[in-house]
Amino acid sequence: MTLSVNQWLGKLLLHDRRAVARLISWVEDNQEQSEIMRTVRAQSGQSLVIGITGPPGVGKSSLVEALTRVYRQSEERVGIVAVDPSSPYSGGAILGDRIRMQAHGTDRDVFIRSMGTRGHLGGVARSTADVLRILEAGGYPRLLLETVGVGQSEIEIMRLADTVVVVLNPGTGDGIQAIKAGIMEVADIFVINKADMPGAERMKNDIEMMLDMNGHGGRAWRPPVILTSVLEGKGLHELIDEIARQQAFLSESGTLIIRRQEQLQREVWQHLEDRLKEAFDSLWPALPTEWLTEGHKDPYQLVDKVWQKMSGHKREGGNT
Amino acid sequence: MSQPRIRVLVGKPGLDGHDRGAKVIARALRDAGMEVIYSGLHQTPEQIVEAAIQEDVDVIGLSILSGAQMTIFPRVKALLKEQNSEDILLIGGGTIPDEDIEVLIQSGDAEALFTPGTPTGDIVAWIKERLGVDSPPYEHA
Repeated sequence: MTLSVNQWLGKLLLHDRRAVARLISWVEDNQEQSEIMRTVRAQSGQSLVIGITGPPGVGKSSLVEALTRVYRQSEERVGIVAVDPSSPYSGGAILGDRIRMQAHGTDRDVFIRSMGTRGHLGGVARSTADVLRILEAGGYPRLLLETVGVGQSEIEIMRLADTVVVVLNPGTGDGIQAIKAGIMEVADIFVINKADMPGAERMKNDIEMMLDMNGHGGRAWRPPVILTSVLEGKGLHELIDEIARQQAFLSESGTLIIRRQEQLQREVWQHLEDRLKEAFDSLWPALPTEWLTEGHKDPYQLVDKVWQKMSGHKREGGNT
Repeated sequence: MSQPRIRVLVGKPGLDGHDRGAKVIARALRDAGMEVIYSGLHQTPEQIVEAAIQEDVDVIGLSILSGAQMTIFPRVKALLKEQNSEDILLIGGGTIPDEDIEVLIQSGDAEALFTPGTPTGDIVAWIKERLGVDSPPYEHA
């Protein structure tokens, strides 16, 4: 179907599924992005995003599937974005998160979209925030985001999710892992999934101790630690309740406003960074050979020169 | 401004559980720069078409080793029509007899069918040529 952007946007607001799908593709491919998002943002932004993150294989997709089942029981329409890594060599990707979500495969009130990271680091793709809002504007207000399987420092989920759920498994590390910086600091809720396996209680204790120790970073919200077993269907309602409690806290405490400001700042920076990189990439091949020769000896001076060329200002001028 | 990336749904409809072939194809398409959504085993035609729509794929590739091709291809094609999504290319592969291939291609229920022994490069080339786009070479961020 060859329709114009405006025609697709019109269909989106009527909750047409193909329009949702097509507009997501355009935004992912960087086409008509700003025009699309102007309309979409005007019709979205109310929904709170639940972000599910954690190492590969801990059961993120299964947990998303299980949460979706519970939300469907109360007739909520669910939009899911599941991110998997793109190849650094070919740029291609195998997107396999749907496999765990087959139960909702023909439910028209659930929309599942798989994304490749397309070179973006941090556990999500560059356009994931936009894709979530397209789903919201397209009639799926209960938003779930599943990141790629992450290690210790992929924390960009903070930029996208209002509720960060960090999923771990028993037996994957001792108390030292729990006090390390990075992903352990950004959780609003900890989930120890596969709690039917040994060591779940011990891990819960380690995390609770970590939370007691650091006073949870001075935040008023103390992340709960929940034991779940998707296999045995345990802990899911408790998780749903804690998500609701955290989201109520966000609104009531005013934290949501602060978070949204931070999210906007990071989002604007990300797009600026893209433009800077574009400008840098086109400038670099045109640099005089002497500059490069000198640059090997004094890279910092080369940085100053390049910065001056790009910004039209000297660094000392206070323009950053 | 980047070029659209080719997206393909690799589907395993029906009852057969042999997905080595589907995985090999998925991997080959990935290495050719495409985004491959793998459906998992035992999918119904309804699940496959719904996934294809949500994922906005350019191509559906069905892997069939069960002998059910004469039922599944027409059913998927009919559902695509019903959903106004005939622009999605429907192709397939597996143990499909020549006489069935002829019928399915003739009827338009499949655009192309690849049997065992087909070099994966041929499938990549067919998709790229048919879509008239090339997956862009990857740029490091």
